[in-house]
Amino acid sequence: MSRLKIEGVARVFPGVRKGPPTQALQPTDLEVADNDFIAILGPSGCGKSTLLRIVAGLDQPSAGRVLLDGEPITSPGPDRGMVFQSYTLFPWLSVRDNIAFGLRERGVPEAEQEAVVRRYVERTGLEGFENHYPRMLSGGMQQRTALARALANDPAILLLDEPFGALDNQTRALMQELLLGIWEADRKTVLFVTHDIDEAIFMANRVAVMSARPGRIKTELRIELPHPRHYRMKTTPEFAAYKARLTEEIREESIRAATMQP
Amino acid sequence: MFEPLKPIPPGRRAVLGVLFFALFFAAWAGATYGGLVKPLFLADPLKTLNAGVTLFVEFGFAKDIVMTIWRVVGGFVIAAAIGVPLGIAMGAFKPVEAFFEPFISFARYLPASAFIPLLILWAGIGESQKLALIFIGSFFQIVLMVAVTVGATRMDMVEAAYTLGADRISIVRRVILPGSAPQIAETLRLVLGWAWTYVIVAELIGASSGIGHMIMDSQRLLDTGQMIFGIVVIGLIGLVSDFLFKTLNERLFPWNLAR
Ligand SMILES: Nc1ncnc2c1ncn2[C@@H]1O[C@H](COP(=O)(O)OP(=O)(O)O)[C@@H](O)[C@H]1O
Ligand SMILES: [Mg+2]
Repeated sequence: MSRLKIEGVARVFPGVRKGPPTQALQPTDLEVADNDFIAILGPSGCGKSTLLRIVAGLDQPSAGRVLLDGEPITSPGPDRGMVFQSYTLFPWLSVRDNIAFGLRERGVPEAEQEAVVRRYVERTGLEGFENHYPRMLSGGMQQRTALARALANDPAILLLDEPFGALDNQTRALMQELLLGIWEADRKTVLFVTHDIDEAIFMANRVAVMSARPGRIKTELRIELPHPRHYRMKTTPEFAAYKARLTEEIREESIRAATMQP
Repeated sequence: MFEPLKPIPPGRRAVLGVLFFALFFAAWAGATYGGLVKPLFLADPLKTLNAGVTLFVEFGFAKDIVMTIWRVVGGFVIAAAIGVPLGIAMGAFKPVEAFFEPFISFARYLPASAFIPLLILWAGIGESQKLALIFIGSFFQIVLMVAVTVGATRMDMVEAAYTLGADRISIVRRVILPGSAPQIAETLRLVLGWAWTYVIVAELIGASSGIGHMIMDSQRLLDTGQMIFGIVVIGLIGLVSDFLFKTLNERLFPWNLAR
């Protein structure tokens, strides 16, 4: 059953200071099944964030619509949890209170809040940091907290916009395993935006490749690697075959993006 | 030693800070005891201190100090009580900003002291005139600075709150307010400093009590010792109130310091 349906969604940004308008997204279709993990892969500037923001309800499409469980999306809501590339933890709240932000918003009783927070603190490996303020945390720890904050709300779908993009390679690999482990445990529906081919193959069951700006989804590739996945999988011939194929697709688009007129 | 932006140890910092006071004092003592300036124009340190003692013992200077503090705090509190909420409303809601901002930007450049003759006409030379002057001097600054602070709230943080289920009221109450609070407190600290200069101006003209009034009286008697003592007292009170404000801010917003 498909949980999320993107139907002909396009976005044109009005030109700045009488300049020509920017077409960020061509009419795009995508269906996300329940419990699926989909990666949207594309060169930077191709409209990945624009698409995800429209799904989140933070931006409105110029054409088309997005359906979540059959209902059209018009505004942001707690049924679509989001983790951003930039660090968006509330600096005045401790790790614990950041994670409980959505629960407090819904008026969940204190004792239940505490239990949910404890659960996600454990799952994201934040034990011992509950009382820290975000400024005291490394980038990796901040994104763990942001992930826990989104998961604590128990959203129908999790939207991730290059959440590990600003992290160093080692931390990034650890975070990929952490997120994959969480997904393998509760199979939450995930839409994951990235420009990193390895990351897309390692995490996703399906990779949607976007064309250069104005973007649209040009190919979809099913990743038939078994779960649970282990980081050693990144060196197998199957993985390499997927990588060769996607590298070819992306290269074409990157070249087009690099030589395109503004 | 003079490496740009390089911090220095706290001990050396304190020594350098005290050193300037010492040099300043030495120059003052040198100029007066050495006969470089006539006592009529500048009292020497000892005479100034004596004048201070006389002020407290014989002329009830403590009451003047209390009066002045009361006026500053009164005018400032009224200005903040209206200015902070208005500034928050302007920063958070663009229609409110579009409505008030042009007028307040204009009013901000009106020199508060130029209102004194008008205020005397309207409110006499009583307490309300002094409070009004401090209000005019502080209010517009507070409103604009608070509006800028609130308007600079990070949009991605607001969006994150929306995706966590926050509604508009929660965005203001749980994101914009706590995020802006330290900077608003800092604004109040700054403006309180400016309010101190207005109160003295208000007291120089048409007052029967207060530090400014005492300084004016001393000029009539050519008592430079008392005048200097009065000015030093103003500086000291400012220093203390600044210190209290800073300490309070550090206590209230510990997350802002954690780095
Ligand atoms: N608010 C906006 N106004 C104008 N142009 C925008 C805006 N947001 C994004 N764009 C443009 O749309 C294109 C796609 O942006 P984005 O979705 O952020 O790409 P990606 O996330 O794939 O790097 C870019 O060319 C960008 O400059
Ligand atoms: Mg992006």
